[in-house]
Amino acid sequence: MRYLPHTPHDISLMLERCGASSLDDLYSDVDPQLRFSGDYDLPEAMSETELRRFFKGLSGKNQPMTCFAGAGFYDHYTPAAVDSILSRSEFLTAYTPYQPEISQGTLQYIFEYQTMMARLTGMEVSNASMYDGATATAEAMLMAVSNARRKRRVLIAATVNPAVAAVVNTYAHWQGIAVEVIPEHNGVAMKEQLEAMMEAGDVAGVIVQTPNYYGILEDYGGWSDICHRHKALLIMNSPASALGVIRTPGEWGADIACGDAQSLGMPLNFGGPYLGYICTGKSLIRKMPGRIVGATTDEAGKRVFVLTLQAREQHIRREKATSNICSNQGLMALHTAVYLSLMGPEGLRRVNELGADGLRRLAEGLESTGVMTLQYPGQPVLNEALFKVADGYSPQMILDTCKAKGILAGVPVGEDGLLVAVTEKQSPEDIELYISTVKALKR
Amino acid sequence: MNRELYDKLIFEYSKPGRQGFSLPRRDCKDVLGSIPAGLRRSNAVNLPEVDEPTVVRHYTNQSTNNFGVDTGFYPLGSCTMKYNPKINEALAADSTIAALHPTQPADTVQGALELYWRLQKALCTIGGMAEFTLNPFAGAHGELTGLMVIRAYHASRDDRGRQVVIVPDSAHGTNPASAAVAGLQVRQVKSMPDGTVDLNDLRDKLDDSVAAVMLTNPNTIGMFERNIPQIAEMVHAAGALLYYDGANLNPLLGVARPGDMGFDVMHINLHKTFSTPHGGGGPGAGPVGVREGLEQFLPNPRVVLDAEGNFRTECTDSALGRVSGWLGNYTVLVKALAYILTLGKEHIKMVGPLATLNANYIMHSLRDLYLLPVEGPCKHEFVFDGLIDKSQGITTLNVAKRLLDYGFHAPTIYFPLLFHESLMIEPTETESLETLDRFIEVMRSIALEAKESPDMLKNAPFNTPVRHPDDTEAALHPKVTYDEL
Repeated sequence: MRYLPHTPHDISLMLERCGASSLDDLYSDVDPQLRFSGDYDLPEAMSETELRRFFKGLSGKNQPMTCFAGAGFYDHYTPAAVDSILSRSEFLTAYTPYQPEISQGTLQYIFEYQTMMARLTGMEVSNASMYDGATATAEAMLMAVSNARRKRRVLIAATVNPAVAAVVNTYAHWQGIAVEVIPEHNGVAMKEQLEAMMEAGDVAGVIVQTPNYYGILEDYGGWSDICHRHKALLIMNSPASALGVIRTPGEWGADIACGDAQSLGMPLNFGGPYLGYICTGKSLIRKMPGRIVGATTDEAGKRVFVLTLQAREQHIRREKATSNICSNQGLMALHTAVYLSLMGPEGLRRVNELGADGLRRLAEGLESTGVMTLQYPGQPVLNEALFKVADGYSPQMILDTCKAKGILAGVPVGEDGLLVAVTEKQSPEDIELYISTVKALKR
Repeated sequence: MNRELYDKLIFEYSKPGRQGFSLPRRDCKDVLGSIPAGLRRSNAVNLPEVDEPTVVRHYTNQSTNNFGVDTGFYPLGSCTMKYNPKINEALAADSTIAALHPTQPADTVQGALELYWRLQKALCTIGGMAEFTLNPFAGAHGELTGLMVIRAYHASRDDRGRQVVIVPDSAHGTNPASAAVAGLQVRQVKSMPDGTVDLNDLRDKLDDSVAAVMLTNPNTIGMFERNIPQIAEMVHAAGALLYYDGANLNPLLGVARPGDMGFDVMHINLHKTFSTPHGGGGPGAGPVGVREGLEQFLPNPRVVLDAEGNFRTECTDSALGRVSGWLGNYTVLVKALAYILTLGKEHIKMVGPLATLNANYIMHSLRDLYLLPVEGPCKHEFVFDGLIDKSQGITTLNVAKRLLDYGFHAPTIYFPLLFHESLMIEPTETESLETLDRFIEVMRSIALEAKESPDMLKNAPFNTPVRHPDDTEAALHPKVTYDEL
């Protein structure tokens, strides 16, 4: 077996050193009753050729499509240089940088990542990453609850991605935190309702999202004042790429910015690995979950990087830690740092512009068919919008028809909604094909 | 690396007008200008402006400051730093998978769902469990999910007073932390001098407020819990469930299964036992398995095979809820399945015994110089309580730092908390006799240095890219972004 270097001679030599006569001897403390004597229900070992054939067979049962689906996860292009750097095995096969002397590579890219995320969100500090946007939002909620001590209510806007809300609800449920929904009107969360719900008291945090689940840029003017007046934290979730152009959580006065950084060029990969980010103000840094890298100096006075503020973490604080997170998404933080280095401010702006332009073209074309119209016309959107499918048609009908042309038309929402996203990857021809396919449905 | 030129942060290469991106040219007619000004960023985001060659050279140079499993021996206890096969990376980089959106209709992702389902089944046979979810993103996330399964189970029986999780004093820090995130209180059970659970103490602490007992077996000092059938009986008699922390599963491959030992719920760290790369701290995966009767509590969504032979995802009300956006760190799952299929039913059985052999070989080769607090045989790892001869004041930290000079990663240090000078060594099965012999030789010469040149040793390391970073300053005045420098 090519991963196991032991020759029979090595094994007998080593057993001798151990004073054992067989490998079984090393398990003499395991009750024979507990020993697994059967065979695992697994196939026989495969060679690389067989393995490649097997996986190719599985791939053949998938149908990759021109992707107009979003719902928080977008089909952006991954520059080849990103993959190349991520495959450096010094990065790939290292673990958590516990030994800073031989982990400066990891520590430095995390420091760069933290800087870029703080700047992108307009916040002061970032941690080293969370699993995904949903768990990052759930942990942001726990931060708010821990910050508010005895308060047990959390409000979440109806316009937050339902997959995120579901995870928030799971974490809240087992902690005995009551999560209540701020209703929406015309695709945006209602500020009047927020005020009323805050009046009842006991609110630790308020979770909102922009661009929201429908792609709409919400106006959070006044929200942070209301939250702060009631000593609650404002938690703002945003798909990261959009932050290159939209008003930032920092500018809105949010206390915690969180979300998924998948939109920064991470392949869709059927749901992961992605990256959750969490950024906040310096005053809350000791409440943050996860790893944090800090700058310091070494003996020679040279600038170096270390894991810091570890007294928040599980390996030191155990049940009193700010979170149980240990492994996070280290390699995806490297992805983010490399991607944002390559894109720069102009690249990130252009990506958003190309997506917005594509969506405008698509929306104009679809509106002209009469089969699909914007659900919330007049609301400012970025890269994604909710369409209403006309009477006599259904989202399923659109999805099926487009599928036949190799197009993933979007994500169905409710009875008659289809959430459609466009990125820089969908060409004008792809967009035309989508429009003409829908047009052909017209009776 | 040419340090003068390249030992910088990426921001320090930035120059206005430099570009590292490649995007289609299209006339976008100032589409962003149509967004109301109040909803736009007031300034362009301050990202570095760098060309592609500079970015590539920067990160390539940075990587050379790092130490990975591909670089050398990485005996970091409890982390199972085994070789990460290259074929797994090649298979996971499949462009078909990369393009799949998580919301795609099931009939267009049958291969992806089948892969998930096959890995579920493989883990069931390896763990001796009835069903698995692969959605949790890491070991600690698996622990949290497993504890939520346990809470959902008790709630389904209307047994709502169970608010306590019992963990041994030797447990991984994630165990008590996960219990707290799951909304449970932690009660600690004592260890015997040999590191196994003190049964009398456990008996005293078990009552009808206990939801679960979390154990890892072998435990964190590498000893097999001989009394596990008795423990399982006691836990079940008290109405609680027994949770298996799979961080230490590696030595049991081919030897024993948690399900057969009486564990009800378990997680597996795919990045440990099943060879997926640790990535500098993730992405990992922490699948959770359950025995028969607990399947309905596993998190949404679940992958099922229907009567017509089609795979689909399913969400149910009995589930504990949702712990992840989608089906976990999917490409990590691809790598783990590739590893299992490469080993196959025959070679997977060699993993546990050879990992255990490697650990015992090191232990027996060094125990005359390093203090072995608990007699073996150990399993995949063991713990020394520092040097036997402590007269020169050489600590475990000194030994660890000196190892770096010799081109080895340090073992896990100061864990478990049972001993003052814990040095936890886990070699894994993918290390050769020659590597182990050299490691042993180096550990012996460090013990000699401790006698002959203790002052030198206290100053180690000498040959690393940086030396003695000031941790105190870092924590006292945290500077966590470039803007704070």
